[in-house]
Amino acid sequence: MNTRSLVSISDLSKQEIIHLLDVASKFDHNPNQRLLEGKVVATLFFEPSTRTRLSFETAANRLGARVIGFSDASTSSQAKGETLKDTIMMVSNYADLIVMRHPLEGAARYASEISPVPIINAGDGANQHPTQTMLDLYTIRQTQGKLEDLNITMVGDLKYGRTVHSLLEAMQFFNPTFNFVACKELQMPEQYKQFCRERGLAYTETTDFGPDIINKTDILYMTRVQRERFSDLMEYERVKNVYTLTASMLQGAKPTMRVLHPLPRVTEIAQDVDDTPWAYYFEQARNGLYARQALICRALDIQVP
Amino acid sequence: MKKKELAVAALENGTVIDHIPSASLFKVVNLLNLESQQGSVTIGNNLDSERLGKKGIIKIANVEFPEDVLNRIAVIAPRAVINIIHDYEVVEKYEVALPNELCDIVRCNNPKCISNNEPMATRFHVESRDPLVLRCHHCERTVPQNEITLKN
Ligand SMILES: [Zn+2]
Repeated sequence: MNTRSLVSISDLSKQEIIHLLDVASKFDHNPNQRLLEGKVVATLFFEPSTRTRLSFETAANRLGARVIGFSDASTSSQAKGETLKDTIMMVSNYADLIVMRHPLEGAARYASEISPVPIINAGDGANQHPTQTMLDLYTIRQTQGKLEDLNITMVGDLKYGRTVHSLLEAMQFFNPTFNFVACKELQMPEQYKQFCRERGLAYTETTDFGPDIINKTDILYMTRVQRERFSDLMEYERVKNVYTLTASMLQGAKPTMRVLHPLPRVTEIAQDVDDTPWAYYFEQARNGLYARQALICRALDIQVP
Repeated sequence: MKKKELAVAALENGTVIDHIPSASLFKVVNLLNLESQQGSVTIGNNLDSERLGKKGIIKIANVEFPEDVLNRIAVIAPRAVINIIHDYEVVEKYEVALPNELCDIVRCNNPKCISNNEPMATRFHVESRDPLVLRCHHCERTVPQNEITLKN
């Protein structure tokens, strides 16, 4: 395996995470640094994700790299039945780094095992999306001034939401207190609660989403509740409204509290929250650029001055 | 005493696999490909066992199994005991040992796992031994013992 690949957030140590956040902060201050002059970055999107692809391609462009790739598997050789291995081997002839998104879980891990050039996972099915986690961590540190000892409330789909699972794993180094807020159907899986218990991380669990929880929270991490997760549509309609954040619910929130969301949102954050000082999800999305610049430089072993 | 001797007929040379949980016996039979064996094969099941309650036993004449087969047995019957018989004597006796990593032995249960969609070897980590829990190296899903399926 190429050790410069990034497949899962658990591939990174605490020291590496902190170092990468420091590098991301350099790009925050100066995003245009042509450190990748002459390099070619391939973005292989076997399933479409415009948001993530644009963020990666902007990151590569601002670093001075050239970008090749495809944004939809139906236009790629995958549609002709080519194996993932063959696609990776072919592209690695041309590119210095492969950023890939794939609908199948484990695709990025497998690619990293066979590829002669590093792989950055831009999402593999329901499994991992480590660059999202890095931008979440960056945003948390940026808004709170630290990562340690924070009260982090996760709301919505905690069962299938890979972003909350990866964030939970990454926060293990920083003594968090978690609050898991979800309906019965979408509660945090036992495996992650066990992860917390084994590492002595405090957590609470509730189905009630209201001021009691919000007022003690430092980071309110909202996620999308998707209709297709429910067998009972009536239940979906009920849950959708219970776990919607509105501006009126924020009156007693800490002034330093920030609302994050991996985007795109549907109805889980009301529009009237956007204009409050607590809203931070658009800035969070922008931070994806800096986090990805840092991760691209790590993959290519490039020192950032 | 007489009954017991009948159930466990003497073997001159070969392998006895003992202490197979009754529920797993036929899975072990399948993976050993016993229908293609030329020598005598004795299969017993639902025998009383102090350790397992009910156990199964398989005796195969004139065969010793290579390590990759023993690893496969270990996945299905983690505490099975292998007896190597030479000239009616047990010359070797040991419990199968599950390695920490299983290469191309187990199939992933996740239909959306890359390993089920690409011609490639599977890889599993032993996350826990008792009860046995495996984790797919690729999609990172865990598989509990009762859901483990071997790759053919
Ligand atoms: Zn798998």
